[in-house]
Amino acid sequence: MKQLVCCALLLSGLSSTGQTVSAQKDSTKVQELTEVIVISRQASRNKNSNLLSTLDQYLSSHEQVDLIKRGAYAWEPMLNGLSSERSVITIDGMRIYGACTDKMDPVSSYVETTNLSRADVKNGQAGNAHGASIGGSLDLVRKKSGFGNNRFSTHLFSGFEFNNRQRMLGTDLQYSRSRWYTDLDFTIRKAGNYRDGKNQEISYSQFSKFNLSAATGYKLNEHAQVEASVIYDDARDIGYPALPMDVSSAKAVIASLAYTRHHLSNTWQEWETKIYHNKVTHVMDDTKRPVVPIRMDMPGWSTTTGMYSRIEGESSSHQFKLTASAHHNRSLAEMTMYPNDPNEKEMFMLTWPDVHTWYAGLFAEDNFQLHRKWTLNSSAGVAFQQNQLKDEAGVKTLQIFYPDMQSVKNRLLKNFGSSLQYQPGSWRFSMGASYSERAPGVSEGYGFYLFNSFDRFDYIGNPGLKNEQSISLNGTIAFANDRLSLKGQGNWFHIRRYIVGMPASGLIPMTIGASGIKIYEQVPFATIYSASLNASYGIVSGLSVSAKAIYRRGFTNEQLDLPMMQPLSYGVRLQYASNAFSAEASMDGAVKQSKFSPLFGETAAPAYTIASLGAGYQFKWKKNTFQVRGGVDNLFNRYYTTFADWNRIPRMGRNLFLNLIIGFSEPLKARL
Amino acid sequence: MKSLFIWGLLSLTLLFTACSKNDEKPAPADELEGLTLVKSISNATHIIDLYTANGKFETGYNPIYFQIKTTSGSLVDNATTNWMPVMKMMNMSHSCPFSAIEKKQGAQYTYQGFIVFQMPGNDMEYWELSLTYTINGQAYTIKERIQVTDPTRRKVQSVMGSDNKRYVLAMMEPSSPKVALNDMSVLLYTMTNMMQFDPVDNYTIQIDPRMPGMGNHGSPNNIHLTQGADKMYRGKLSLTMTGYWKINLQLLNANGTVVKGEPVAGDNESSSLFFEVEF
Repeated sequence: MKQLVCCALLLSGLSSTGQTVSAQKDSTKVQELTEVIVISRQASRNKNSNLLSTLDQYLSSHEQVDLIKRGAYAWEPMLNGLSSERSVITIDGMRIYGACTDKMDPVSSYVETTNLSRADVKNGQAGNAHGASIGGSLDLVRKKSGFGNNRFSTHLFSGFEFNNRQRMLGTDLQYSRSRWYTDLDFTIRKAGNYRDGKNQEISYSQFSKFNLSAATGYKLNEHAQVEASVIYDDARDIGYPALPMDVSSAKAVIASLAYTRHHLSNTWQEWETKIYHNKVTHVMDDTKRPVVPIRMDMPGWSTTTGMYSRIEGESSSHQFKLTASAHHNRSLAEMTMYPNDPNEKEMFMLTWPDVHTWYAGLFAEDNFQLHRKWTLNSSAGVAFQQNQLKDEAGVKTLQIFYPDMQSVKNRLLKNFGSSLQYQPGSWRFSMGASYSERAPGVSEGYGFYLFNSFDRFDYIGNPGLKNEQSISLNGTIAFANDRLSLKGQGNWFHIRRYIVGMPASGLIPMTIGASGIKIYEQVPFATIYSASLNASYGIVSGLSVSAKAIYRRGFTNEQLDLPMMQPLSYGVRLQYASNAFSAEASMDGAVKQSKFSPLFGETAAPAYTIASLGAGYQFKWKKNTFQVRGGVDNLFNRYYTTFADWNRIPRMGRNLFLNLIIGFSEPLKARL
Repeated sequence: MKSLFIWGLLSLTLLFTACSKNDEKPAPADELEGLTLVKSISNATHIIDLYTANGKFETGYNPIYFQIKTTSGSLVDNATTNWMPVMKMMNMSHSCPFSAIEKKQGAQYTYQGFIVFQMPGNDMEYWELSLTYTINGQAYTIKERIQVTDPTRRKVQSVMGSDNKRYVLAMMEPSSPKVALNDMSVLLYTMTNMMQFDPVDNYTIQIDPRMPGMGNHGSPNNIHLTQGADKMYRGKLSLTMTGYWKINLQLLNANGTVVKGEPVAGDNESSSLFFEVEF
């Protein structure tokens, strides 16, 4: 019985405490390489002072994550400065492939903050558990109240942002019993165009989104449980000011069923098996744009079905985890152009010619306590991936460029890595080395005339690409005592057969106004490194100051700079928190970008510094908790753009926000 | 027991094979599968049914099929046939490129050939098709006016080259274009006199497909047309999407000199020599 209570506590708790507890649980040593981004309604645990901001804003608070912005919605996460094909984003371990050929729907755009408790970032090869990756993995972890609280609780969220009149309304319900639980939440967001620091309205930056999520668990017996989860996400009328087209509808249905057993033996602690299915429908069009050279529609569909089975265990000095995963994805996208001459037929092409991907992989992780102060983390994996073009018309389409192309391509992807940690007292030193491979993404392998509005080239996929291979080194030095914590981190990737679009001379671009055609090729290698520094100091009780600095650089073997690399960026934050009151002031900025890629259409992102303020008050009244927060981002209304802004569109100017969160909680009689 | 079964099966197979051999008169309808009647022309003794795939004679390359039947309705399978299409203009007449006539492959009663009409007819100026055929040593003639229309997209061009020769180019393939690297074939004739057109050897037909409706963009990996052993000009036409394509052409003689057509470059968006494809 004691075990049961303990287990229930670990897995659940109140919505608020549950998050911390489960975060602690997962930060056992086997996952020491995981960085956690907390997504919480509790101001004290967030780096984000606008609690009801989009998930993108939460993710951007983390040093490892860069977000490419094409507008106010659906920012594209990049890990460690590596483009998104090089990392894997999952939701609770589930693979989802975006359905947009222009990366306008990263996986993170199909969830809401209310669905999630945290995001786990794993760097480099360590992120291979659910798919071949060289940059790392970002797992968005679902929120669940878990068993045994005997409590019903609910929250009502309401937020407003003045700059783009973003209204956010949401609610969640949590019902927890000893043998079952149910979580239900929904969120609506609607935003108009935002204004930049010169008070100019940025046209086509509006969006609206509706998200509904349900999760339920049933405890079969003391050590076994089943859980089902579904997310329905429906975004409409999304503008992309940096792009020539918008999205009238982006929809996803994400469903899963999981079976978990605990305490299989003294060695094997937990065994989880999940099956899942998701479908994404993405409708890109230009109906809102008054002047276009030609009208076009570019819808895309992506369906993924998969499973994983993960078993965790431990012995006296080892902790280990084995993950087997498999999935199938079908990606299809097309383009229809409507000629200005009504006597001409519509122009139609397959831009993702019905690409099927089968993937099956094994990944093993081990944490070996060599000595009281020494730990060795090791992991290795192997995966099989097959790509197949199932549609004969799709094969014929690509055979225009590759007459000898076969419709099936098989790949074997390997990875292994190790890191050694030494923890004397308050210090922690870690050094790691790893090797990993990845297969080209759908667009890199099979994309057909995909226009990139940054460099203004049409991109053609290359089915003959070999696997990209990455050798990576990383190191961390950290110090922490009661008041001071310091952390310095460095990553170095040497990527062989680096995949990049190269201009192909003599070919005529399809898109009106495009500069040419680029075909995905492989350069011998590219090098990408990044370094970050974090420090925080507790000045007096409740008052702390923290600072961070990040720098990334990437270049090819010919010393050509890679695009979207973060120049030296910094942030300072002063935070005060007492029981009821919290406030923070922050300053963020970057120096002028000196290393950028003119080949990719980049110009140097100028230097900027912005300041933000936030404050909140929280109190209880009867069974209710009230939390009121407000603040202002970009206090001095600076006009700025960063390295991650597509086509250097300006960011939002001064933005006032208000949050109101009302919570209600009622204990239930212990039964069931 | 097992062998008995096998023998039984074998004899059954033989029986059916024998049956189908006895029954070797295919219904004439099978020979005309996929074809549509364009016109029936007749004289006192015979009726000739003319067929094409779409039931029309159009400017361009027309594969034409026909059957000869007596007025009483029985099909003739032993005729030797010639034809001559003539354009009757206000003050002159001329012919066009056409093939000899032969039996359709695998058919007993159906004859085939092709005619390249280089212009359409109208009320005042029209095409007349005469068929002369011999059955069992006796010669017959049928001559009748036929209607030739323009398809919406150009498949043939009759042009005067810089060498003062008149050329007729007709596109045979692709007849049903796809988003793919299509096989392309073209017939090239020169007008020897008003009534005689002869195939031209050793020329090159350069192609540059463009989409005028979308910035006049082109397509990759086209292969210019050169002459094969069967005299036909063949190459590869790359079409990257559906819609309207203009296939700009340049005709080069055996010495590599352009006799007709201009490159698409700079301000020049189109060649004077072109075909059109829409799908």
